[in-house]
Amino acid sequence: MSGPERIAVEDRTRFLERHEHRLLRAMALVGLIVLWEVVTRAGWVRPLFLPAPSAVLEELLAMARSGLLGVHLWASLTRLLWGFGAGAAAGVSVGVAIGFFSRAEAVGQPLIAATFPIPKIALLSLLILWLGIGEASKVTVIALGVFFPMAINTYAGVRQADSLLIRAAVSFGAERWSVIRKVIVPSALPMIFAGLKLGAGTALLLLVAAEMIGAESGIGFLVLQSGNLNETTQLMVGLVVLSALGVLSSWSLNWLERLAIPWRHT
Amino acid sequence: MRVIVDRLSKTYRDRSGQELVALEGIGLTVEPEEFVAILGPSGCGKSTLLNIIAGLLPATSGGVFFEGQRRPGLPLTATVFQEFALFPWRTVEANVAFGLEELGLPPGERRARVGRCIAMTGLEGFERRYPHQLSGGMRQRVGIARALAVEPAVLLMDEPFSALDAQTRTLMMEELLAIWERTRTAILYVTHNIQEAVYMADRVVVLSRRPGRVLDVVPVELKRPRVETQLGEPAFVHAVDRIWSLIKVEAKQAILEPQP
Repeated sequence: MSGPERIAVEDRTRFLERHEHRLLRAMALVGLIVLWEVVTRAGWVRPLFLPAPSAVLEELLAMARSGLLGVHLWASLTRLLWGFGAGAAAGVSVGVAIGFFSRAEAVGQPLIAATFPIPKIALLSLLILWLGIGEASKVTVIALGVFFPMAINTYAGVRQADSLLIRAAVSFGAERWSVIRKVIVPSALPMIFAGLKLGAGTALLLLVAAEMIGAESGIGFLVLQSGNLNETTQLMVGLVVLSALGVLSSWSLNWLERLAIPWRHT
Repeated sequence: MRVIVDRLSKTYRDRSGQELVALEGIGLTVEPEEFVAILGPSGCGKSTLLNIIAGLLPATSGGVFFEGQRRPGLPLTATVFQEFALFPWRTVEANVAFGLEELGLPPGERRARVGRCIAMTGLEGFERRYPHQLSGGMRQRVGIARALAVEPAVLLMDEPFSALDAQTRTLMMEELLAIWERTRTAILYVTHNIQEAVYMADRVVVLSRRPGRVLDVVPVELKRPRVETQLGEPAFVHAVDRIWSLIKVEAKQAILEPQP
């Protein structure tokens, strides 16, 4: 005669577990490049359409040595940094203003709502008409592209600021500017950084677009010109550089965010 | 300084124009060095009253006055909030320093006072921590230190320990009493817990449910410094019973009423 039945309890949530899969992570990118190399070496695709990664790397090094890459990269970086910096600064200021002052909100919100939906590329022609074909129109279109996500995110961040903390600050004698500086802006920082990341993507997009429309230098120009000349390898170099720019900007923004918001990460 | 609340009323008006009388004809005083508790069932406007005294909310009629020699450069009130209301981006010491920055104290004196208040509230060793790295009890110590640092004429405490677990709450009450024995800062202490009010206060102001009126002011005849063994003394039991009989009926009604 056997005793009463015993049923062991098992962990039923095991299928919900998530793992890091470090090896898989590293292999994904390497694998793609290897596959790409094999496909081109085997001659399945003509180099005119898809040059081998090794050829792209070779070209990149050659362009770097000749200084050609440096010229284009410098031109693009300058536009990007000026446009991004100006757009971000204006966006944060306007966002804080319309988030905090109801009069500024009454004026600013409808204006932003009306102008935000315009794709910024469409504004480029107008900006060229106003500011000329030079650097000013390019920097301005990038600044505009960064301005909107920054202003909207900052506004949302300011509105979300905990009213209890504002009242606490006031109870300890804080007045308007103190409240903005010591409560509103720090509360909005996470949203401001989310806006910066959004803006970085937009900035890269508008940079390339502006350089394709009227420029003699820059990565966007390089990509367009190489395409026109059937210089596919050079075109790919441009794309690789753009990808690197994107990854780099996101890394540096993440790094800045950890620096600026230490209370979230410790 | 003496705090005088004089025929204070507060009426809220919602969007549809409906009026809600939160406080009606409140009169009370807090003497210098006195510990006064405000007690009432939920929805009696205790927090509203405290906010009006702190200048964070306008009264509809009547007023709040401070009588006596005002010490220059020191605030009338400082508040300890139920939900702590610490600035998450500031370390413990920076939180404690907040009010002193607003007072415009020079950095040297600021540091000295912050150090004193951190020592008094048992926060040594936690100066560089952020609030989210602290337990609830430690967070409220920061809240108390921040309020004590500005040396207010009266310390306003809005159910300061109700977000803490029962054991932590008891310990924090003891510590607050010890701090009060040392600083003798007048305290106006809002709570809905009768034992807590009687154990800590010199007088208990009992409020009614909406509209909040002063039902009675119950003096507590217990010797200072208060110790736990006094919880069994007749004076303690008597005061608790008297207050409970004042608000029992209203507390029962409060359960039945839907939340506004």
